Amino acid sequence: MVKLLSDFVKGERGTIVKVNGEGAIRRRLFDMGVTPGATVLLKKKAPLGDPIEITIRGYELTLRKAEAACVEIEQE
Amino acid sequence: MLRIALAGNPNSGKTTLFNALTGSTAHVGNWPGVTVDKKEGVYKKNGIEAEIIDLPGIYSLSPYTPEEVIARNYILEEKPDCVINIVDVTNLERNLYLTTQLMELDVPLVIALNMTDVLEKNGDSIDEKMLERRLGFPVAKISALREKGMVDLMEKTLKAAQTKRTGYTVLSECVVGKAIVNAENALKLKGVNSPLFHAIKLVEKDELEVTAHPAEASAVEEFVKINCVTDNGYDCDTEAVIADARYKHIVKNYSVAVTKAKRPDGDEMTRSDKADKILTHKWASIPLFLVIMFAVFHVTFSENFLYLANIIPPFGAWCERIAELENPWLSIFFAEGLNSPGAILFYFLDVVMSTIGDGVSAVMLSSGASSWLVGFICDGILGGVFAVMSFLPQIIVLFLCFSILEDTGYMARVAFILDRIFRRFGVSGRAFMPMIMGFGCSIPAMANTRTLADEKERTATIRVIPFFSCGAKLPILTAVAGGIGILLGLDGVEFITYGMYVIGIIIAFLALILMRSTTMRGDTTPFIMELPVYHMPRFKNLMLHLWDKAKHFIQKAFTIVLLSTIVLWLLSNFSWSWEFLMEEIDGEMINVRMNESILGSLGMFIQPIFTPLGFGSQLGKWGWVFAVAAVTGLIAKENVIATFGALAACVTGAVVASETGVDEVWAMIQATGAQTPALIAFIIFNMTTIPCFAAVAAAKAELREGTFKWTLLFWLAVSYIASAAIYTIGSWWWTSFIWAAVVAAVIVGIVFYNKYADKKAAKQINLKR
Repeated sequence: MVKLLSDFVKGERGTIVKVNGEGAIRRRLFDMGVTPGATVLLKKKAPLGDPIEITIRGYELTLRKAEAACVEIEQE
Repeated sequence: MLRIALAGNPNSGKTTLFNALTGSTAHVGNWPGVTVDKKEGVYKKNGIEAEIIDLPGIYSLSPYTPEEVIARNYILEEKPDCVINIVDVTNLERNLYLTTQLMELDVPLVIALNMTDVLEKNGDSIDEKMLERRLGFPVAKISALREKGMVDLMEKTLKAAQTKRTGYTVLSECVVGKAIVNAENALKLKGVNSPLFHAIKLVEKDELEVTAHPAEASAVEEFVKINCVTDNGYDCDTEAVIADARYKHIVKNYSVAVTKAKRPDGDEMTRSDKADKILTHKWASIPLFLVIMFAVFHVTFSENFLYLANIIPPFGAWCERIAELENPWLSIFFAEGLNSPGAILFYFLDVVMSTIGDGVSAVMLSSGASSWLVGFICDGILGGVFAVMSFLPQIIVLFLCFSILEDTGYMARVAFILDRIFRRFGVSGRAFMPMIMGFGCSIPAMANTRTLADEKERTATIRVIPFFSCGAKLPILTAVAGGIGILLGLDGVEFITYGMYVIGIIIAFLALILMRSTTMRGDTTPFIMELPVYHMPRFKNLMLHLWDKAKHFIQKAFTIVLLSTIVLWLLSNFSWSWEFLMEEIDGEMINVRMNESILGSLGMFIQPIFTPLGFGSQLGKWGWVFAVAAVTGLIAKENVIATFGALAACVTGAVVASETGVDEVWAMIQATGAQTPALIAFIIFNMTTIPCFAAVAAAKAELREGTFKWTLLFWLAVSYIASAAIYTIGSWWWTSFIWAAVVAAVIVGIVFYNKYADKKAAKQINLKR
């Protein structure tokens, strides 16, 4: 099932299938390793529910829900 | 001399490596036009001498952040003899992503594999020979922290620097491989340096590159459209294809160099994860954060360290007895209790400086120097230097604490925790740090804004920092609040002091919203940030960093700040006919005729300006003292109350000096008949207007060119408007309707203007298409 990263709950895992968005945000996502094929684990959410923390390519990355909404994931 | 550039990801240990290589030879400046640190130093060992340039920490060579553009332009245009790419092996994939871009440049490249000791401690291992074979350029294993492998690294670098290297790419196999070759050939004909790098950027539709080579860019676009068809049949999205191909190549060819040790299942929690469990916990994180902030300020400013005096009553009683002795050397350590490290340094410097000052004046008086000369040297020059230098110890301690928090990786978590709240005000979670530092001192706070990525966000944050009332403004608050207390017959006036802090914070956030929706308008910057693994701060890094900050501050104190202080001192102590106005009263030199001074008459001249704020013409003959006090506050905010003291001596003809400054303020209230609204407006004016000279100098250094004069104007405007609002509403409640109407009109105006501007911008984009 394909789902947006912003809709993930804590502990969910999946493989990125597509990265939407444009310009600086999209490029930044690519540069940080958020590319199709990479596996993602939603590690936790900030105390106020946004931003979120994910584990990707062996490190911890934080991004806002608005940015996470650009990332489509095939859920495990 | 050889020039070697260090490139690598943030948190890869680049600064540690730089410090290990250059030691004390390093100096920090700015890259031209931007406030990004430029560090340079010299490596000298085993007969090798090389200039080392530390490029900003970056993840990629994309054109979006100033750091990336700097690094890219430096390598392309300044052509260093060799680039050392530092790679954190505990995070190999993402670190090598930058490497795959650096290798496309026609510049010798050496990889420094850092943190191999951490990797090996975890039981993992890395085959650097295999990596070297597959990458095709030298790889050296190092530990920047333990300064291991430095000689090997520099030997390899020296060797690499002697041979030219032509760039190559890992992208030739991917779907846009042909397009890259074509573009490279076209650029080669044009005689471009590093044609491969530029060709790939053209295929990526990189903004900088497309503007530089428009003809080739459209040819590439055409070619890609026809020849590069993706599996799903859609148009080829080159940026995505290229990023994807880089990572795929890394995973396939390089990641295999690391052999992971088998770990028992369920034992995946690292120490960093465990720390994060608490520090970013849903409920505990914010309270913990507040506790940490309190601890920082406690260590810096408290005069009752760890509340020992309360915890151990006999010790408290002993401290009281010590305080009664009034021994300056003992009072360095003990006040209400044991002093905090910051307070100890503060009082130590204070005692040293006043001993020097007393000594100089005693020597000068005994050698028969005229009283004005003694005053000029001791009060004007030394007093000015001391006033500014006295901030130094606590600035340094505060800076040290925040550097530790930054180095450990905690600051990134703070941004993570607080981003949601601060986004409402148009800034990211990171902006919170400099703001809270502002309660201690604006100077380190302004320097700390360098962690903010966006220029506009940075400018807006620097401007509101002074509204977070600093330590030096507290005496104004307590003294004037004390005066109000006497005026109204109130007992406890702490609530007025706290109220003033709150008003300052409210003004800061209103100003932020206003700026981010007008002059400092901009999209919310992306908040896509690495949360680095927690680690112990590096002592050497901290000390070099602190020394650098202290050096900057001292330079400023002895140049701009000293000069402006001397000018103000002369203006306030001399009359137009150049007569010295200080007189000795009860063994103290006091300016009892400040009303005749040049500054005094200037004060009377500008007095009417302050009428709408409640401390102008309506206060009559002595009303100008408020204006003068505000002006002398520019040297250091402590001077505001000191000026009241001098003027109180003018009015009453006797020394008025109290520990808290309340008597001075009360004397001025009696002389002028100022009422509560005017006094509160006066506090707010001093809190929000142009800060002290030292902070102004810091702001000038941190702001982008061209924004500094607007920043000064901004401070004047905010303080004037805020104080006027408080005075008029406090005096005549019905004026609040007028203010509300004005505010509503301004909001409506801004909203409509922005809608219009957005439409215009959208139109322009459509035209371009």
